[in-house]
Amino acid sequence: MSVAETMRDGNSLANADANAEPLLRVEGLKMHFPVTEGLFMRRTVGHVKAVDGVSFSVAPGETLGLVGESGCGKTTVGRCILRLENPTAGKVSFAGRDVAGMTMGEMTELRQDVQVIFQDPFSSLNPRMKIGTIIGEPLRVHGIIKDATERRERVAELLRLCGLNPRFADRYPHEMSGGQRQRVGIARALSVNPKFIVCDEAVSALDVSIQAQIINLLEDLQEQFNFSYLFIAHDLSVVRHLCHRVAVMYLGKIVELADCDELFDNPQHPYTQALLSAVPVPDPTTEETRSHQILEGEVPSPMAPPPGCVFHPRCTRATEACTRDIPELQEFTPGHTLACPIVLGK
Amino acid sequence: MTRLLEIEDLQVQFFTSDGIVEAVGGISYHIDAGETVAIVGESGCGKSVGAMSLLRLIPEPPGKIANGRALFEGRDLLKLSNADIRNVRGREIAMVFQEPMTSLNPVFSVGRQLTETLLRHTNASEAEAKERGIELLNQVGISDPARRLTQFPHHLSGGMRQRVMIAMALSCEPKLIIADEPTTALDVTIQAQILELMKNLSERLGVAQLIITHNLGVVARYAKRVNVMYAGKIVETGTATEIYHNPRHPYTLGLLASVPRLDQPRGTKLVPIEGQPPDLTRLGDGCAFRPRCRFATERCANEIPNLRSVESNHMSACWHFENLDQQKSTVA
Repeated sequence: MSVAETMRDGNSLANADANAEPLLRVEGLKMHFPVTEGLFMRRTVGHVKAVDGVSFSVAPGETLGLVGESGCGKTTVGRCILRLENPTAGKVSFAGRDVAGMTMGEMTELRQDVQVIFQDPFSSLNPRMKIGTIIGEPLRVHGIIKDATERRERVAELLRLCGLNPRFADRYPHEMSGGQRQRVGIARALSVNPKFIVCDEAVSALDVSIQAQIINLLEDLQEQFNFSYLFIAHDLSVVRHLCHRVAVMYLGKIVELADCDELFDNPQHPYTQALLSAVPVPDPTTEETRSHQILEGEVPSPMAPPPGCVFHPRCTRATEACTRDIPELQEFTPGHTLACPIVLGK
Repeated sequence: MTRLLEIEDLQVQFFTSDGIVEAVGGISYHIDAGETVAIVGESGCGKSVGAMSLLRLIPEPPGKIANGRALFEGRDLLKLSNADIRNVRGREIAMVFQEPMTSLNPVFSVGRQLTETLLRHTNASEAEAKERGIELLNQVGISDPARRLTQFPHHLSGGMRQRVMIAMALSCEPKLIIADEPTTALDVTIQAQILELMKNLSERLGVAQLIITHNLGVVARYAKRVNVMYAGKIVETGTATEIYHNPRHPYTLGLLASVPRLDQPRGTKLVPIEGQPPDLTRLGDGCAFRPRCRFATERCANEIPNLRSVESNHMSACWHFENLDQQKSTVA
């Protein structure tokens, strides 16, 4: 099944034009952070290759999952898209326009279209601001609703949309629970009618019963407003539930990218396979029969990534060539690409 | 199997400016020798407080163990003198904490922290303790153990630190290890390594484990028996298979329906538990889960349900556990 067909099948994509230009296109993105030493004579002693050549695209109304373990660079990819970081190399284009070349004025415009929901509902809301002011701030900053009374009405509407009582507008963040705060974060992101939302571990800090509420809210909102998500998460079960397509990252690179069900039912890259088998399933009978592949060792330092395929020191199938040649993402089946010449038989 | 730990009606309270928080409201469970038991529940349900109070690690005040018994091989842990409980901690019951970043002391070397338990509890000399430390680090899969002993916690990754914690817990060959969210701060592949390690070690050395977690997947993979906690009480208890395949409490049903699963195709609808967990200072009469429960009746508002037997090894604290099938069918 091709990506386009899959997208037409997805229920929230019913209105999306599958042949349209992707909303977001990321090409060869690299983000290397310099590591400096010395107090007075600061000199660069190396680079942390947080993101090292990542390419993908996201269609309108689509949810792309970006998964991987801590330090794999998934959050940095999100930050580069929001231009909270200036990438070392590569191109991020949104609706056909290059994000890197934008002026301040154009960036302000972009930030109406691209919004973000952060992980920690405790530190991403200003404790000194009332909920109403927090949600209304983007509307004020972008000059969308200048009149304070009208703005209050819109805030009330947004609160209702996110399942909160409009009276919460007069509360402070500390008066709310984690789940409620995350709803506030979502309402704030929605306030400017974005086309694209980066969710950076948006449900990771929540308890399961609350997490399910927020996941359903994110799904319902997408169905209603048809925006795209870049869903950055380490919890693979949540990603499987929510995303149309999924990209797996390891040490700054995408190792496998496929349609969601294809990736989870038919993982090909040795890292993806190990990652999936490490996730416990809440069912003792399944757990007894499932094979558990335990990865040896730990993720190497991104300051000195291994030569060749970055996964080869932990890979059971690595050959001599893997220590030398850097694998490229190649098509396995239509819509399913991976970076492993061994699996691809090349 | 011999009974290792028997907890009866344990009740822990915290005295705060908002009133008395009933963190643990009278729980009873047991652990047999060599067995792995799990306590699952969401934040604030009292699962950690309940376990910490066994080793009397609750700060008093504001906390207070108000009631109950915890019989460990016949001795009541809650009545031991301070000197006696110190001899239990680390030697007979060891603990692995959640945060490998904060539970090791940053200013002492790994070796010093690892051997401290041995020097305190056994007659080992410094040299013997060091030798045993190397052996322990080897056992938990840390390479180059002699060098690691001289390193400090910040030299180690999160997974390594948790291995050191496990080595410390194992050092005096305890009969029970209490692991409080042992892998929550770790990545999944490292989580799998650590849990597999704990499982192998406990099987080989015959150590019983009490795993405290919110992760239903971890429980399914590693525990034989499960206690589900909500608002300071055990609401359901049974074998893992019974709890997962035949849940008999609306909260357990709700939890299982709200957790996304890796083995379910995209688009499977999650059924969240509506509402919020209750304020533990204002529990009032009746079942604490009632405000969020689809099965609540008037009786639930007036009478607190106690654990009743569903089957021989399965109990539920719900007045209506016989009639949950209707809801269950929508979940399955």
